[in-house]
Amino acid sequence: METGVKIRVRGQVQGVGFRPFIWQLAKRFGLRGQVLNDPEGVLIFACGDDTARFADAIRSEAPPLARVDAVETEPVQFDPGAGFEIAASQGAGAETRITPDAATCSACLTEIRDPNDRRFGYAFANCTHCGPRFTILRALPYDRAQTTMAPFELCAECQSEYDAPADRRFHAQPVACPTCGPRLWIEPGQGGDPFEEAAHVLRQGGVLAVKGLGGFHLAVDATNSEAISLLRQRKHRPAKPFALMGTLEMVGAHSHLSDQEIALLQQAAAPIVLLKRKSNDLPDELAPGQSTLGWMLPYTPLHHLLLAKIQRPLVMTSGNLSGEPQVIGNDEARDKLGAFADAFLMHDREIARRLDDSVERITPRGRMVLRRARGRVPGTLPLPQGFEDCPPITAYGGQMKAAICLIKNGQALLGHHLGELDEALTWDAFCQADRDYAELFDQSPEIVACDLHPEFRASQYAQTKGVPVVPVQHHHAHLAACLAENGWPLDGGKVAGIILDGIGLGTDGAVWGGEVLLGDYHGFERRAWLKPAPLIGGDMASREPWRNALVRLDGAGLSKWADILFADQPLEIARQAAASGLNSPACSSVGRLFDAVAAVLENSSEAQSFEGQAAMWLEARAQPSEAAEALGIDWAKRTGHSPGPEIETDELFRRLIRDMTQGGQTRPTLAFAFHQWLAIQFALRALRLVRDGEARAVVLSGGCFQNALLLDLTVQALGDVPVLIHTKTPANDGGLALGQAVIAAAKAVSR
Amino acid sequence: LAHGGGGKAMRDLIDTVFTSVFAPESREDQARLSEAALQEPGARLAFTTDSFVVDPVEFPGGDIGKIAVCGTVNDLAVGGARPLWLSAAFIIEEGTEVALLRRIVASMKAEADKAGVKIVTGDTKVVGRGMADKVFVTTAGVGVIPPGRNLLAENIRAGDVVLVNGKLGDHGAAILAARGDMALSSEVTSDCAGLGHLVEAVLAAAPGVRAARDATRGGVASVLNELAEAAGLSIEIDETNLPLRKEVKGMCEILGLDPLYLANEGTLALVVPEDQAEAALAAMRALPEGRDACVIGKVLDGTPGRVTMRTLFGGARIVDMLVGEQLPRIC
Ligand SMILES: [Fe+3]
Ligand SMILES: [Mg+2]
Ligand SMILES: [Zn+2]
Ligand SMILES: [Zn+2]
Repeated sequence: METGVKIRVRGQVQGVGFRPFIWQLAKRFGLRGQVLNDPEGVLIFACGDDTARFADAIRSEAPPLARVDAVETEPVQFDPGAGFEIAASQGAGAETRITPDAATCSACLTEIRDPNDRRFGYAFANCTHCGPRFTILRALPYDRAQTTMAPFELCAECQSEYDAPADRRFHAQPVACPTCGPRLWIEPGQGGDPFEEAAHVLRQGGVLAVKGLGGFHLAVDATNSEAISLLRQRKHRPAKPFALMGTLEMVGAHSHLSDQEIALLQQAAAPIVLLKRKSNDLPDELAPGQSTLGWMLPYTPLHHLLLAKIQRPLVMTSGNLSGEPQVIGNDEARDKLGAFADAFLMHDREIARRLDDSVERITPRGRMVLRRARGRVPGTLPLPQGFEDCPPITAYGGQMKAAICLIKNGQALLGHHLGELDEALTWDAFCQADRDYAELFDQSPEIVACDLHPEFRASQYAQTKGVPVVPVQHHHAHLAACLAENGWPLDGGKVAGIILDGIGLGTDGAVWGGEVLLGDYHGFERRAWLKPAPLIGGDMASREPWRNALVRLDGAGLSKWADILFADQPLEIARQAAASGLNSPACSSVGRLFDAVAAVLENSSEAQSFEGQAAMWLEARAQPSEAAEALGIDWAKRTGHSPGPEIETDELFRRLIRDMTQGGQTRPTLAFAFHQWLAIQFALRALRLVRDGEARAVVLSGGCFQNALLLDLTVQALGDVPVLIHTKTPANDGGLALGQAVIAAAKAVSR
Repeated sequence: LAHGGGGKAMRDLIDTVFTSVFAPESREDQARLSEAALQEPGARLAFTTDSFVVDPVEFPGGDIGKIAVCGTVNDLAVGGARPLWLSAAFIIEEGTEVALLRRIVASMKAEADKAGVKIVTGDTKVVGRGMADKVFVTTAGVGVIPPGRNLLAENIRAGDVVLVNGKLGDHGAAILAARGDMALSSEVTSDCAGLGHLVEAVLAAAPGVRAARDATRGGVASVLNELAEAAGLSIEIDETNLPLRKEVKGMCEILGLDPLYLANEGTLALVVPEDQAEAALAAMRALPEGRDACVIGKVLDGTPGRVTMRTLFGGARIVDMLVGEQLPRIC
């Protein structure tokens, strides 16, 4: 026996090349001992002179995909043996962690570009630091046999790389080469280089279906406006922005890029990042009316090689029928995308799990997640202090932007973006995801949580699970999700939650969506709200912004203006429906207020062709200036001198119309002033709760906070009080399940 | 009309308004019916009942009396029965005009004659103001299912075709328009009609018909769900093929209502083997209440009990049974 150290490493440390990293590090420091995986992470027994510096290096030199949460060292007596070895995993649940898919690393990239390398031009190169993970996983533990790489038997060369601790591919499960790995082809093809033929289709203005990591994309040349229009027409997608893929140089040529944005684009997660357009040198059809474009860097060798061949940015939009989930199977693609695509760039590695591209942006307040999927899932979030003894819980989220959340062993796992649950295939995907996550993570929930809305499909599903159901008010869930992602302790005290959202069912049976809630994980009170107005035609009002403008204008005594602005609509019936309450419930949604203001400023009674279109238009339109700021502050003063619980909109609309017509203010100024007004109105109410000692901080959540301008102005209006915002999980309904889960957890641990 | 206690005034009312129209020759309180109709070996008796409330009681295309006869006749017909006899019971709110009652009774008589059924027994009660809304009607019906006829949702097979006899949602739309608090076009009239003859004609032309349902409350969506559920198969309908009147479609759009859930009073859904669909359609189209008959969907070997609608651009949306009042869900 000798004296050495036992080092416990916690965090994302399995399946990321951590043990070979430790092995190499131990060699460097001349240590003897062993390293192994166990259910808590990685365990090291080391003996030698320099164990302290060794422990420091674990943190500072960790492999790219690792996330080291803790390195805990204690002295120990053991028999180190002669060298340092990688020992067998120990304990049930070891090797059960899985990291998100990761973009091609620079070492692999060098190889595929090197004519002398055996992986030159190979579309499926990867290593421990990069490559497919969650999208190829069928079951845990994460071994090749449990992935869609199982049919590809390793050649001798790949096998020796896989077996050598010093190699970058040591235990890299998806390791592959042209000899033994997946193959690429194009359909219909001429028998030449698939990339060459694919590039030809794109150069001709054709639509190319590309099988990627988490599903098929439809690609067209992003510099060719006719090709883009063709794709819009074939996809029946008139206006929703298309995502783009390009090299960093291409992105920089067309968009403004900050260092933070470059870093985000280059993360292993390789999300789509919304970036401000530089000029109008790319066709406007890419994102009509938007000031931003969504860009991602190539994230597989296949994408790199395709871009290298075509040498121009590509539209990369998800390959699906309108509203349906992205296609993942080859036959499915031939069947469904046949009508859209002129050719298919295909391969024979199956996609085990559909994962959309994640969508994020950098705001003045940091990172913002709009859609959480590939590259981010299944990353876990440690639960805040106080939730240690929480039983396993599964939460089923909302109706739109559905995602499931698991709570287990003090961690929350927010699942991938699924979509809108009335869509039959999305619903199947939701049920599949529930089974899938339960099986992968060995989850059998003792409690399930869902939205309060009885007609959300996910709420009905929760009732079938045979365990106690905790229904959670929609905006309370938004608040709690933001608390949890910010690590707010279970008993950290109450906060003021400014929840600006689309629609959520309130505890009083009314439709909410613009609230100041005072509360925490345990409960809430509704302390302020937007003045309600009828939602004419229920969900129809979410599709047609003019309906919301009509009720706000009528309410403000501006019916004459509604008559003028929306003359082509059946206003009489709409007004009668509002008056009689026929399918027109009272609604305090700020999302609908955005719709209303957008319809007035845009002078349009057109329906939205995608969710959030009007609000995005308004944000894109808003132009900051001193005058605009002053105008918004002035509006706020006129309406908010002694703020009561109800935020009036009458004066807002009177000023808006007056300043637009007689005041001669420009629409960009008015759009900005509206954001300013809104931020002040809600901030005032939240601030009061903090000043009165009722709340300790302010939380900003709900779908409207995808609007970076609103977020920024609200944070500004809150001055120096502590503000919690979303930076890791979506402020929209994609984060709802996390909030539901922690509220159910709070209930369980307080019992 | 005064609240009667069963005295002479009441007797007079019953005699003059009801009995004299429905069964002038009857002097007894019960119907005495010949069993001749049941003599055919293998024939089965069908017996059904329904209560009817509608506001307003008179509307474009019908009134509560017509619905009360058609509803029960159609219940029998979609089960494959030939309707023979009806009973009719009335709960009348004090103060209701006698003239209104006479109109309702006349329309019941006319509809019964058209359907070839007799209203053979009935009852009348008058209740205090506010305890009923003008008049409520309950009818029960007896019919005979001829031997060998067996319409059952379990008979449905994947590959079958789903037909309807006409436009969807006319009744629901007409009622909404007739309520009068909306400036809705009143050009839509209720589809209220008896479908006995139509079912007979279809069964003669397409004897392989698997099942039929009348799509009343809860609309076509609800009966399709019932059929899919009972058959253990899925049904897919096509948005582009939905037979909707322009006015109804427009009304649904403005009010945010789904025409698949609007009530009908003379619309049925039929499931037919594919090779008999044309014959069934032709038979329906030859009759006025089947003039707009068409295919709306097909039966698939999909998720049992699921009804989906293929939308304009190719996605498939789940069409549920109507649960309650539809609350907005778009966030
Ligand atoms: Fe929400
Ligand atoms: Mg019945
Ligand atoms: Zn790599
Ligand atoms: Zn190989």
